[in-house]
Amino acid sequence: MGKQHYQINVNGETKDVLAEPRELLIHTLREQLDLTGPHIGCETSHCGACTVDIDGKSVKSCTVFTAQVAGKEITTIEGLGTPDEMHVLQEKFREHHGLQCGYCTPGMITRAHRLLQENPNPTEEDVRFGMSGNLCRCTGYQNIVKSILAAAAEMNASKEAAE
Amino acid sequence: MIPASFEYHRPADISAALAILDEYGDDARVIAGGHSLIPMMKLRMADIEHLIDLQDIGELKGIFVEGTKVTIGAMATQHELIDNGDIARVAPILHEAALQIADPQVRYMGTVGGNVANGDPGNDMPGLMQCLGATFHLVGSGGTRDVAARDYYEAAYMTDREDDEILTAISFNAPEGGFAYEKQKRKIGDYATAACAAIVKIDGGICTAASIAMTNLSDTPIFSAEAGAALEGTACDATAIDAAVAAATGAIDPTEDNRGPVDFKMHVAGTIIRRAIERAVSRA
Ligand SMILES: Cc1cc2nc3c(=O)[nH]c(=O)nc-3n(C[C@H](O)[C@H](O)[C@H](O)COP(=O)(O)OP(=O)(O)OC[C@H]3O[C@@H](n4cnc5c(N)ncnc54)[C@H](O)[C@@H]3O)c2cc1C
Ligand code: FES
Ligand code: FES
Repeated sequence: MGKQHYQINVNGETKDVLAEPRELLIHTLREQLDLTGPHIGCETSHCGACTVDIDGKSVKSCTVFTAQVAGKEITTIEGLGTPDEMHVLQEKFREHHGLQCGYCTPGMITRAHRLLQENPNPTEEDVRFGMSGNLCRCTGYQNIVKSILAAAAEMNASKEAAE
Repeated sequence: MIPASFEYHRPADISAALAILDEYGDDARVIAGGHSLIPMMKLRMADIEHLIDLQDIGELKGIFVEGTKVTIGAMATQHELIDNGDIARVAPILHEAALQIADPQVRYMGTVGGNVANGDPGNDMPGLMQCLGATFHLVGSGGTRDVAARDYYEAAYMTDREDDEILTAISFNAPEGGFAYEKQKRKIGDYATAACAAIVKIDGGICTAASIAMTNLSDTPIFSAEAGAALEGTACDATAIDAAVAAATGAIDPTEDNRGPVDFKMHVAGTIIRRAIERAVSRA
């Protein structure tokens, strides 16, 4: 089957992409849309470096065809924060040294964002369990967990202040 | 890793999906969550010319609990199962087991139907469904039929389902008694080295019903009626549990692979089966 037009909504913008049905979402994002935040770590559905948010679910974008997500809303790390206006999670990862080489970080933060949407008050155990689809070769996870717990605390504090 | 080319279909209802299956026969395959199939396609271990995406078919979705009758649509995801309060209440063994499958990302996508239809001995739901005595509901161009989970699995990736049939739902009666799903794995996100589902009902100190099934210890899930029978009529004391573990390990036939040699797997199986039974008894 040749290339087809697919409409996907990425980070709030509707994009028309031309892709073969066998094109994996990670390739569409990285190669067609220049969204190189989601990384390819393993290509075998194990590492979570390619994690993006699709209609409110954390998904490994190396294990879904672009054809399957036509019409859906996708958020990548680029949609969460920018260098000038970082997301709380990004700030906390910096502050708590939640990254070393940074390769796993976009997937970690995108996943952590969904986890905190579903469970705004996680325990350390909840964080470890909820992040278990993301592998990191550098940090030993300790500081990743710390960063996410700190982000949860700050997000809750600013929510309370707003109320 | 890029799969071979295929044509992509996204039918809106079951009859449209069946028509595509009919038209292309062996060359067509349905895709649910894709988290077993896409990895196989990437490795070029599955060669599919027509991929039929089931995601738009509303008839395959939903989880329904009416009294003690539980029906799970084939397209219900593991995440939805875990999130469902009725399931946690009437069939907590499903909740406990689903939390031990894969990792969060995979559970958002992987469906219960795909897990039981796949036929991979490593999948956790098939053994669980055998333990529950579940029924699988299939539809093909010839009509609908029901198959008992205990009769469905023939060999690795070989099941009673015909190529032109779709699994629509799984149903069972809410189990009574204590339960446990025990799984030994090398790390989170791994398939079982050994896993066991146990349900034990105890009335007035005596076991009145027991059901034991195992995962990834043969080329199909294994339901051991003998293991259940070894507990029934007893007080589930140490002697009875020893006999049940012996019956269950007698029914399996693990093979050597990257999870270990046969002796090791038999040892792990014995431990896991015992833990499952003891925990089910303690909750009965
Ligand atoms: C990293 C990783 C770890 C995993 N760990 C585990 C684990 O620990 N335990 C476990 O059980 N699973 C595990 N899985 C597998 C995962 O749970 C799969 O999602 C599941 O096995 C299949 O469900 P699916 O919806 O993704 O099916 P798909 O991949 O879409 O389909 C699988 C097969 O079933 C067929 N099929 C699907 N739906 C139907 C239907 N309705 N009717 C007829 N045929 C159908 C397809 O044609 C295909 O042959 C893991 C997967 C990954 C990627
Ligand atoms: S690249 Fe997708 S899970 Fe590793
Ligand atoms: S920071 Fe290097 S892999 Fe996680």
